[in-house]
Amino acid sequence: MEGLTFDLAKTGLRELNQYLHGSAESLAGKEVLVTNPDGAHNIAVGCNAPVKVTIDGHAGYYAGGMNQLAEITIHGSASTGVAENMMSGKVHVKGFASNGAGASAHGGLLVIDGDAGLRCGISLKGADIVVGGSVGSFSGFMAQAGRMVVCGNAGDALGDSLYEAVIYVKGTIASLGADARLEEMTDADLTGLGELLQQAGLDHDPASFKRVASARSLYHWNADANQEY
Amino acid sequence: MSEHPIQFKRVQKEESALFDRGTMDYIHRASTTGLYEIRGLGAKRKLPHFDDLVFLAASLSRYPLEGYRERCVTKTVLGTRFAKKPIELDIPITIAGMSFGALSANVKEALGRAATAMGTSTTTGDGGMTSEERGSSKTLVYQCLPSRYGFKPDDVRRADAIEVVIGQGAKPGGGGMLLGQKVNPRVASMRTLPQGVDQRSASRHPDWTGPDDLAIKIQELREITDWEKPIYVKVGATRVFNDVKLAVHAGADVVVVDGMQGGTAATQTCFIEHAGIPTLAAVRQAVDALEDLDMKGKVQLIVSGGIRTGADVAKAIAMGADAVAIGQGTLMALGCNRDVYFQDGQPVSAEADYAALGTQAGFCHHCHTGKCPVGVTTQDAVLEQRLQPEWGAKHLKNYLKTLTMELTTLARACGKQDVHHLEPEDLVALTVEAAAMARVPLAGTQWIPGWRE
Repeated sequence: MEGLTFDLAKTGLRELNQYLHGSAESLAGKEVLVTNPDGAHNIAVGCNAPVKVTIDGHAGYYAGGMNQLAEITIHGSASTGVAENMMSGKVHVKGFASNGAGASAHGGLLVIDGDAGLRCGISLKGADIVVGGSVGSFSGFMAQAGRMVVCGNAGDALGDSLYEAVIYVKGTIASLGADARLEEMTDADLTGLGELLQQAGLDHDPASFKRVASARSLYHWNADANQEY
Repeated sequence: MSEHPIQFKRVQKEESALFDRGTMDYIHRASTTGLYEIRGLGAKRKLPHFDDLVFLAASLSRYPLEGYRERCVTKTVLGTRFAKKPIELDIPITIAGMSFGALSANVKEALGRAATAMGTSTTTGDGGMTSEERGSSKTLVYQCLPSRYGFKPDDVRRADAIEVVIGQGAKPGGGGMLLGQKVNPRVASMRTLPQGVDQRSASRHPDWTGPDDLAIKIQELREITDWEKPIYVKVGATRVFNDVKLAVHAGADVVVVDGMQGGTAATQTCFIEHAGIPTLAAVRQAVDALEDLDMKGKVQLIVSGGIRTGADVAKAIAMGADAVAIGQGTLMALGCNRDVYFQDGQPVSAEADYAALGTQAGFCHHCHTGKCPVGVTTQDAVLEQRLQPEWGAKHLKNYLKTLTMELTTLARACGKQDVHHLEPEDLVALTVEAAAMARVPLAGTQWIPGWRE
């Protein structure tokens, strides 16, 4: 593997991102180290090649945003919207993640070793999110597809207005959001969850998780259900 | 014959101004259904608008251009502030954002073809970019909406500009809506939704809140596109002066202001008629904001919401807009509310289909049902065939051409070699309300209500 280092204390963010937007052929198998990120926003956004990016420190907003194919590791914490709208590839936050982690992500895997803030997995559209710690309130809000795994606890209004996404929680759930309900874990859940935990490098018994999914009662207008539309 | 009170028929049938027949129908409907009314298109009530302004064309004190001979430039450049590749248009009339889902793929294709033929842009909508639209539209603005339905980096890269949508004139503060009958397999798949679901979009973006966050979001989109593409920010007209300033501070290249007459494919009627401010007032405030920041001409302003005619376009530009965006008008050019649709050039009556919706041509606002009698706002496999892209493109091109000719006619009469040279000084108002909102004098006076130097 060929290595390349971008020291953000000396090099501008634009240079880093432009390099990462090179052709898939030129970047395939490359390893890029980003040093002194110092909380800069928009690190490694719009990647579109199977490149490995290691961020050595804390990242600001939207780290790994709209990622396709790249494998991005943050050796620190990530601010709002890490891996937002990811399509494929992997983003791994070794520390904590702020609000809206994995927002609207369509594919790929987001792993957060620590806790995640509010609205983790909001509008999720097919990606998988595994959180080693706990998630804040309104996580999984309007999540449409994909899976979110919470190894710690979940805050209030978990899975509010869920569509077809499924949430697995090991710890406590402060409260469920509108139309979210607890369901039995099936064999398929146990198998899939086991694989996800393995991919995330986390050692938990899948059988110790609860499944949260949509009751689908908000899918259609219904005046008699006294729903708050 | 004796005089009996019952003979005074008009007294017996005095209609209440407060509880008029429309209001009573509203109450009866509400008490029957227990749900608010949902409909398409925009505000139907009378509002102060561009019709309330007229041009002070040239005479002795001003010199006109030769109306049929002298050149009058309509070229329009958008996104000159930061983008490496600004949008260059032949006319200042663009096609507003309307989703595939609300509209059929045929309609999106017709919009693209007509816009390309006229050298202007189209805009996607809530629900992603279709290949039909990208293929047919030379200049395509890609919307980034709160729902992020179908929002993809590959499409960000193949767009010509990105429009971050904060709100829409028809429903500022509200999210989109697409009822189940329009969520067919293709629409559902593009939006990652179960087929047939009554889709109610988010009204807040999932990954940012407030103007400081927006600045970072815009920077992200710039980084992803290597600072090539202009970033528009679209707001529904409410606190326009402040919102435009915040959008500019957040780094927008172009601000789109959509007044309350702007259309929608579906939302609550109470939203359409009771939220937001008229386009006329919105343009003035938006221009004030740009001037206050010394950004007039640096950040471009697109105005939408009830633009119908070349005169509307000319007046919006005279008030300070760089361009306009048209939604409803383009759909009408494609046959919306026409009593016939065309198959291979031949008219076919749509009256029975309007009747089935309980309406008739000229009054229809049933976009939300997906049963558009002329095949414009539908996802039905049979109905969508009623709008043939070639026919639609030709008619929309004619409409845009007409507007452009009207625009240059008025500009030349005001002595302008470039439509962008039209200015507020060319306008006066016919009503006190319009004079106050547009801040131009009431015709025949020097009075601008509420204005002090």
